[in-house]
Amino acid sequence: MAVAINGLSLGAIYALIALGYTMVYGIAKMLNFAHGDVIMVGAYIIYTMCMFTWNIGSMPIWLSSLISFVVAMAVCTCLGIVIEKVAYKPLRGASPLAALITAIGVSYLLQGIAQLIWGADQRTISILDRLGTVNLGSYVIKWSAIITVVVGAIIMVCLVMFIKKTRTGRAMLAVSEDKGAAQMMGVNVNAIVSITFAIGSGLATFASMFYLPITSVSPTLGAMPGIKAFAAAVIGGIGSIPGAMLGGVLLGVVEVVCNSISAVASYTTAIEFALLIIILLVRPIGLLGKKRRIKV
Amino acid sequence: MALLEVKDLQVFYGVIQALKGISFEVSQGEIVTLIGANGAGKTTTMQTVIGLIQPKAGSIIYNEKDITKMPSHKIVASGISQVPEGRRIFQELSVYDNLMLGAYLQKDQKKIKDDIENVFDQFPILGERRTQIAGTLSGGEQQMLAMSRALMAHPTLLMMDEPSMGLSPLLVSQVFDIIKDMNSKGITILLVEQNAEKALKIADRAYVLETGAITASGTGAELASSPEIRKAYLGG
Repeated sequence: MAVAINGLSLGAIYALIALGYTMVYGIAKMLNFAHGDVIMVGAYIIYTMCMFTWNIGSMPIWLSSLISFVVAMAVCTCLGIVIEKVAYKPLRGASPLAALITAIGVSYLLQGIAQLIWGADQRTISILDRLGTVNLGSYVIKWSAIITVVVGAIIMVCLVMFIKKTRTGRAMLAVSEDKGAAQMMGVNVNAIVSITFAIGSGLATFASMFYLPITSVSPTLGAMPGIKAFAAAVIGGIGSIPGAMLGGVLLGVVEVVCNSISAVASYTTAIEFALLIIILLVRPIGLLGKKRRIKV
Repeated sequence: MALLEVKDLQVFYGVIQALKGISFEVSQGEIVTLIGANGAGKTTTMQTVIGLIQPKAGSIIYNEKDITKMPSHKIVASGISQVPEGRRIFQELSVYDNLMLGAYLQKDQKKIKDDIENVFDQFPILGERRTQIAGTLSGGEQQMLAMSRALMAHPTLLMMDEPSMGLSPLLVSQVFDIIKDMNSKGITILLVEQNAEKALKIADRAYVLETGAITASGTGAELASSPEIRKAYLGG
């Protein structure tokens, strides 16, 4: 039971990050390898803001934490938009390799800046894990894990509704399928790309918040969840939103289950990536990936 | 004053010049057709007018406004719609979503709803399949959807790129009837066609495009009776 909740909780974190990869890939047709580092920036902003606001006497901790989170989200959303405008937009139309290298460059740039500002020391902060644990029957479960699963599920449902039911969501799907045709409908592609980066970075901030109880804050915090969530997006079928969710949850559950069995615990990461390789061998487009139609 | 006035338009793909300075105009209420062989630059012309391709030189004046450097969403907002070559409906979206995207720049929700009902009245098959994924429609149904989608934007000028391509003769006739019908409702039409015979028949005026340059122009009837045009495009 605890393993199931923890697995789903880690899975929800991976899914939130994977959504950022897959949406940006769907719209801008590029792999944003700096996405993991946005999570790191989010974590640092939450950390710094909490350190600052918790000392303001009369404010309850839940409120100051919430304010810290909202500030982090605002910063990360702007960061996502700025990264796209400054680093990726000028390369639109260039070779995919150029955009990929640039993304890796942005990733190291963000890590370098974080190290300059906050130093290389690992820091820990306890926000969601202050809530402690709850006993369900004979099981002891962390509140932070439950919140991650519940809030993660709500966010994903909202995201799917937004994409399926709103005018902007429809335009995102249209741009993802045929950019030129979407432009002929009057869709402003630049605006849609910015919105996509904004949403991806906003989701990443939730991942920062949910990831804090199980990690310490350092400039390379984003690297591992970033690469695993990218694997999750590929497992699910890059470009597919339900695929990113499925891939994220699958990978999270596999990781926690493997970690809970002492015989295989030390091979967990190897098993996860082996899973990626096997799925790609059997189904190269990922679990829920769509075969691109062949244009005549 | 012409509704659309294209002057000395030059377009390059890398070092290859696709349009070598073409000029033409379309007046309010006309059906104008561009005919020409594959690779003559017809699709390039349309894509340049709607802002998907940037010209190297020349100007595009629409409604007395210079739209040459305007982004495509602003051009669409100013009243130009396009039915693109190969239809390019959104295959992975439903029929309904395709129509809603056609109305992307329309603000009046009630009017959008009425427009969609009108489409379903005119093409009941689209109404029956409103929730179906558009990629599963037949070629003819996709063409009806592509035209309806363009009309959702209430264009002043509708550019149609090869609307009869890949359709059965019966459907081709139906498409041309729809074009005439739209024109009689006040929509100005710029039509690119391989089916020169039918295009010239409904066109008020026509231009012949050959490897990036306009080589002949005149009324539809004039060109249809010209011996060279007959030989080159109408099979003798």
